Amino acid sequence: MDSANPSTVPTTPRTAKPASTQDAARTHRVAFIVMALIFIGAPLVGVYPVFMMKVMCFALFACAFNLLLGYGGLLSFGHAMFLGSAGYVSAHAAKVWGLTPELAIAMGALCAGALGWVAGKLAIRRQGIYFAMITLALAQLVFFFSLQAPFTGGEDGIQAVPRGKLFGLFELTNPVAMYPFVLAIFLGGFLLIYRIVHSPFGQVLKAIRENEPRAISLGYDADKFKHRAFVLSATLAGLAGATKAIVFQLASLTDVHWSMSGEVVLMTLVGGMGTLFGPVVGAAVIVSMQNYLAQLGAWVTVVQGAIFVLCVLLFRRGIIGEIGHLLKKSL
Amino acid sequence: MEIFGIPIQAMMGQLLIGLINGSFYALLSLGLAVIFGLLNIINFAHGAQYMLGAFGAYLLLNKLGLGYWGSLLVAPILVGATGVVIERTMLKPLYKLDHLYGLLLTFGLALIIQGLFRNEYGSTGLPYAIPKALQGGQNLGFMFLPNYRAWVIVASLVVCLSTWFVIEKTRLGGYLRAATENPQLVQAFGINVPRMITLTYGFGVALAALAGVMAAPIYQVSPQMGENLIIVVFAVVVIGGMGSIMGAIVTGFGLGLIEGLTKVFYPEASTTVIFVIMTIVLLIRPAGLFGAQK
Amino acid sequence: MKRNALWSLMAGLGLLAAASAQAQISGNVVKIGVMNDMSGLYADIGGPGSVVAAKMAVEDYLKATKSSLKVEVVSADHQNKPDVGSSIARKWYETDGVDMIADVPTSSVALAVNQVTKDMGKAFVNTGAASSDLTGKDCSPNTVHWLYDTWMLAHGTGSAVVKAGGDSWFFLTADYAFGHALERDTSEVVKAAGGKVLGSVKVPLGTADFSSFLLQAQSSKAKIVGLANAGGDTINSIKQAAEFGIVKGGQKLAGLLVFLPDIHGLGLNTAQGLNITEAFYWDLNDGTRAWSKRFAALHGGKYPSSDHAGVYAGVLHYLKAVDAAKTDDGAKVVAKMKELPTDDTLFGKGTVRADGRKIHPVYLFEVKKPSESKAPYDYYKVVQTIPAEQAFRPLNEGNCPLVTKK
Repeated sequence: MDSANPSTVPTTPRTAKPASTQDAARTHRVAFIVMALIFIGAPLVGVYPVFMMKVMCFALFACAFNLLLGYGGLLSFGHAMFLGSAGYVSAHAAKVWGLTPELAIAMGALCAGALGWVAGKLAIRRQGIYFAMITLALAQLVFFFSLQAPFTGGEDGIQAVPRGKLFGLFELTNPVAMYPFVLAIFLGGFLLIYRIVHSPFGQVLKAIRENEPRAISLGYDADKFKHRAFVLSATLAGLAGATKAIVFQLASLTDVHWSMSGEVVLMTLVGGMGTLFGPVVGAAVIVSMQNYLAQLGAWVTVVQGAIFVLCVLLFRRGIIGEIGHLLKKSL
Repeated sequence: MEIFGIPIQAMMGQLLIGLINGSFYALLSLGLAVIFGLLNIINFAHGAQYMLGAFGAYLLLNKLGLGYWGSLLVAPILVGATGVVIERTMLKPLYKLDHLYGLLLTFGLALIIQGLFRNEYGSTGLPYAIPKALQGGQNLGFMFLPNYRAWVIVASLVVCLSTWFVIEKTRLGGYLRAATENPQLVQAFGINVPRMITLTYGFGVALAALAGVMAAPIYQVSPQMGENLIIVVFAVVVIGGMGSIMGAIVTGFGLGLIEGLTKVFYPEASTTVIFVIMTIVLLIRPAGLFGAQK
Repeated sequence: MKRNALWSLMAGLGLLAAASAQAQISGNVVKIGVMNDMSGLYADIGGPGSVVAAKMAVEDYLKATKSSLKVEVVSADHQNKPDVGSSIARKWYETDGVDMIADVPTSSVALAVNQVTKDMGKAFVNTGAASSDLTGKDCSPNTVHWLYDTWMLAHGTGSAVVKAGGDSWFFLTADYAFGHALERDTSEVVKAAGGKVLGSVKVPLGTADFSSFLLQAQSSKAKIVGLANAGGDTINSIKQAAEFGIVKGGQKLAGLLVFLPDIHGLGLNTAQGLNITEAFYWDLNDGTRAWSKRFAALHGGKYPSSDHAGVYAGVLHYLKAVDAAKTDDGAKVVAKMKELPTDDTLFGKGTVRADGRKIHPVYLFEVKKPSESKAPYDYYKVVQTIPAEQAFRPLNEGNCPLVTKK
């Protein structure tokens, strides 16, 4: 029986010729502009803006998750705890403390980061499946807390969250004002992840993912790097969750439930683990599917399961991964 | 006489009920431990296969008129056969890859199975009667123990201990354990390793289905019955030590008892206490209580 | 001069035309959205049956009044999740032209839809949810709460059981807002009637096994085990109570929220003797019988739950109000619904109060013994009829801002 090291996670295989960094940067710039144009243009051609905002929030969530999985090599089963807890904090801050939306969202993201700091300290000590199970256990504890704590509203959630006035000036109840705000957060978060991945920190992270003992022998403190990646991933996931709570004006138990942790894995897998644009595409696919198949009720679960199975068996690289493989570029 | 404000009579009743629930945890974690411990496959479809066992019993009764005792034998065999097919067609190609893929595949399969049954049967849950021979109960003084629940404890113990015995103490078990550690060598000795692996996966799945048949008369037979159970069972296996059969059994029963006590003192937390324990255990003994440090 | 006269004449004619114009219906269609749990725990109580009931109401109304309204019915599954429910409501109101949402069981979703409806100025006729907050602190000028609430259940079943001798209670409570509210309201009733609450245990969501909690109920030696839960939880706890000999041991069960389909699922052997408070039963009178047979023919032979009846009556009254108010503006129609008295074959005469609470007579039932039942669905016998004014919380006790403002 094969005993593959459980801590290495296969990502986009290196069949692409090592393109020069300028080449790669240009491809990325083009892809980024295309992506931004799609998100800017969609509501103008009649796509329901709230739907696009939902896609953006989940895309950011999936990108944050992919930072940890695709680049850090760590599979977390509990990422919903960051999405959901940030949502509760930002909803509470906006509704009860009356903070303006950008402050509420910032608070949410920071709290998720703090939670990530603690969770990371506990989880990083272990590898592979044990790491995943600890994150799952911690997420279940967060779920329990969300269920019992009075301020989260139990299964009612926190409802009637005001959209508020951005910077105290721009009324966000109108989707025309809300959309650019969410777009800015999404593109900003995406660019931040891009910078992290292409920075010296990101390179060391990749080295640790590929061959941890060697990285350690070169003098890098692997645990510290993994922990930092964990905190960054948690904060960005929190940013997504906090924004989502303001967009939908609701924070609920769905966002801390373990099935949400499963969904983000699916989005990343479908889009392409270890690619930059993969999680965005994956999120768009999964959210669209849930939206348009909603009237079919339980068939959505079946379709999601089938996609999981097909991706694992046949399309391991995911959509963007396959495209990248065909074009011999890394996306 | 009271312990922490609970009369000892009531406490004993709660512990007994805890033991009953522990029997299901033990039976389910046994199958999962066999599959992970020996085959290194993280079988996320275990909960769905448990549900299939319960539905198997229900359908066998309503379509073929086969009662409980017959279903105890037939349903696990049928579900185990589907397990064999899954292993042959879908799991085999993934062995050379990271465990992650096996996990994702079985997770996807669980979603498909649960979704299909949800579509067909709705969510309300279907009734399945307790077999006549086991109806009624015994008045033990401190509580009224239904006969069927007593049967569950006994049957579970028997199955768990015999499985443990076969794997740890017999020649067949020895071949199996050797094959998972060094397949090429064992194959060289003339033993058909791939077939043994397939059958072992099938056996683990059959254990899940057996638990399902036994659960049918007490819990409602519904498509989501395995959903919330699966993460608890994983927690049990991880705490017991992945790969340790005895660890899974002991932890299964132990968890039932601890959960039972939690239901008395802090019932709201009874579904969460397992995760607290898992976090603590993994921090102190990373390989689980009975696991071997690999 | 002449030109001015001509302009005035044209203006006058224009005004005349406008005055006799059709009612100002947005998009020329009155669209009603039936939202509930289509595939989960409450699918049999509401589910596709509510859509059938709504369509029946539309048909019956148009046929009886020969109204010129165009009415459409759409439906969606909220999966018992408030975020799903509020997204659907938002999309329906913003892009799909839905004017009124009906049904919505599950209080957490109902509260979310209540909020979205108020924000967007549409109408919400809730029949399925239990929370008395919908006509209390969360009351809204756009919402009518039609069928029942926790106060009605507590006072109906609670006081009747205490009067019959059940003066010591132990609660099995589903650990979420609805369960807590039901336990709290019923405890108040029990204590006010001179009874005692010996204890309670909060059961986490999704628990399938109640044995431990039932054992605690047994050791408390309370005369009544109150089940502050609903749907599958109630069915499971009743079944397991039978298994553990609760009733044989001398204690009685009080199901605080039970619907007819639940009894159908339990079977009379297990359910006999249960006390239930409901606002509708198919076998009450000729009117309800006739309607229920029609409904069953359209719903695969399954008899209606009180939720189905509520959707029918609620939609009927809504359409009446739309025609009377000549608009589908949410707040205006709801105001008209409060103005017009209600009278239909299913609930008899009633009114919609200022806080949005619809009141009608309510019945205390007892589940028949198997020997007393002559046909499937022949499950209830009436023990007591509670008049409308006594069945629901008094108007001034709810803390509804619409009421206290006056």
